[in-house]
Amino acid sequence: MSAPSLIACRECDLLHRQAPLPPGGEARCTRCGARLYRWTRPDANDRTLALALTACILFIVANAFPILGLEVQGVSDSTTLLHAVQSLWNDGAYAVAALVFFTTVFVPAAELLGMVWVLLALRLDARGQATVPMLHFIESVKPWGMVEVFVLGVLVSLVKLTHVATVEPGVALFSFAALMALIAATAAEFDADAAWAQLEAGR
Amino acid sequence: MRPAPSASRTAARQGLLACEVCALVSRAPPPGCDARCPRCAAALHSRKPASLARTWAFLIAAMLLYVPANILPIMDTSSLFGTERNTILSGIAFLWTSGSWVLAALVFFASIVVPLAKMLALTLLATSVQMRTAWQPRTRTRLYRVIEFSGRWSMLDIYVVTMLVALVQINTLASIHAGPGAAAFGAVVVLTMFAAASFDPRLIWDTQGEQA
Ligand SMILES: [Zn+2]
Ligand SMILES: [Zn+2]
Repeated sequence: MSAPSLIACRECDLLHRQAPLPPGGEARCTRCGARLYRWTRPDANDRTLALALTACILFIVANAFPILGLEVQGVSDSTTLLHAVQSLWNDGAYAVAALVFFTTVFVPAAELLGMVWVLLALRLDARGQATVPMLHFIESVKPWGMVEVFVLGVLVSLVKLTHVATVEPGVALFSFAALMALIAATAAEFDADAAWAQLEAGR
Repeated sequence: MRPAPSASRTAARQGLLACEVCALVSRAPPPGCDARCPRCAAALHSRKPASLARTWAFLIAAMLLYVPANILPIMDTSSLFGTERNTILSGIAFLWTSGSWVLAALVFFASIVVPLAKMLALTLLATSVQMRTAWQPRTRTRLYRVIEFSGRWSMLDIYVVTMLVALVQINTLASIHAGPGAAAFGAVVVLTMFAAASFDPRLIWDTQGEQA
């Protein structure tokens, strides 16, 4: 039924025969130049799992501590990300609050937990019914995780506020910056193709 | 990897379907049958269903909302001296006049250039596919790749408003509230992301080799 050695370019549909790659290599479409697949380390699963678990811890730190603190005439206050979302909600900006919550809290958390789930299932050889839908889910929400844009937004607001008040970057700002790097590293390391192949082999 | 000899070596013309979720290539079932990926059970389509119609719908909705997103205030600053209504452009002007040129340029790029360029590029792509032109398929595919990657950066202003509202609301001297422009702008970003996701770049290549 299926032809595992064939791969169709996602961007132009041209068929290619899959061939082994040298370490560090990647295969590109001969017609449009899109990346078809890439070489992954033999220990990619373990490395991704370690990165994803570290990112989970950082995610908790980033959400538990204040991102920015503000001091005006002796009165100081600070905000966490969840508190900021709540302020927007209480302010009546429901759609914006929901959008911010979805892109900076829900999607990153779901993506990291889902990734840990899939990688653990592959590692322990304990593939439950939920592993395939989980991998499906991770891949579909991925474009909506925007931690890196959020970090930049915090920096812009920091600069804006320094004109009117004393602003202090909080622990969570640094945690979010580190989380941004870790999510990028996790995504770069994670090999969805290999995960699909492994899941199929286990059935 | 061997270079493919001709444009007819596409999955569609060989009667094969590639899974959009797990990339597995499988033989298309006879017409009328429900095509499902044998590996991940996702529904299979040769091309994204109703790709052009959906792209146009999201794109036109985004264009319509782009007007209020720029005219309506994205936040209101009220202090003892009265209320100031800030639009996206006035926020950039504030950064520029207060000397933060790099940030002003950055926000201008993310909030003005990226959404406009994205809507223009998607219009160009959808029109070119509709006209079935064979013009520069590689360039058009590259354009699509850039759009898909860069759209998210337009969310920048939404996050700036979020932080400002949270921090300044509590203060007694001034308070900042989110304006209706913020919701409109957020909707523009979401709609252009949906438009880009609905567009199928393989349609760009479907005219290749037809003349031969
Ligand atoms: Zn291609
Ligand atoms: Zn599949």
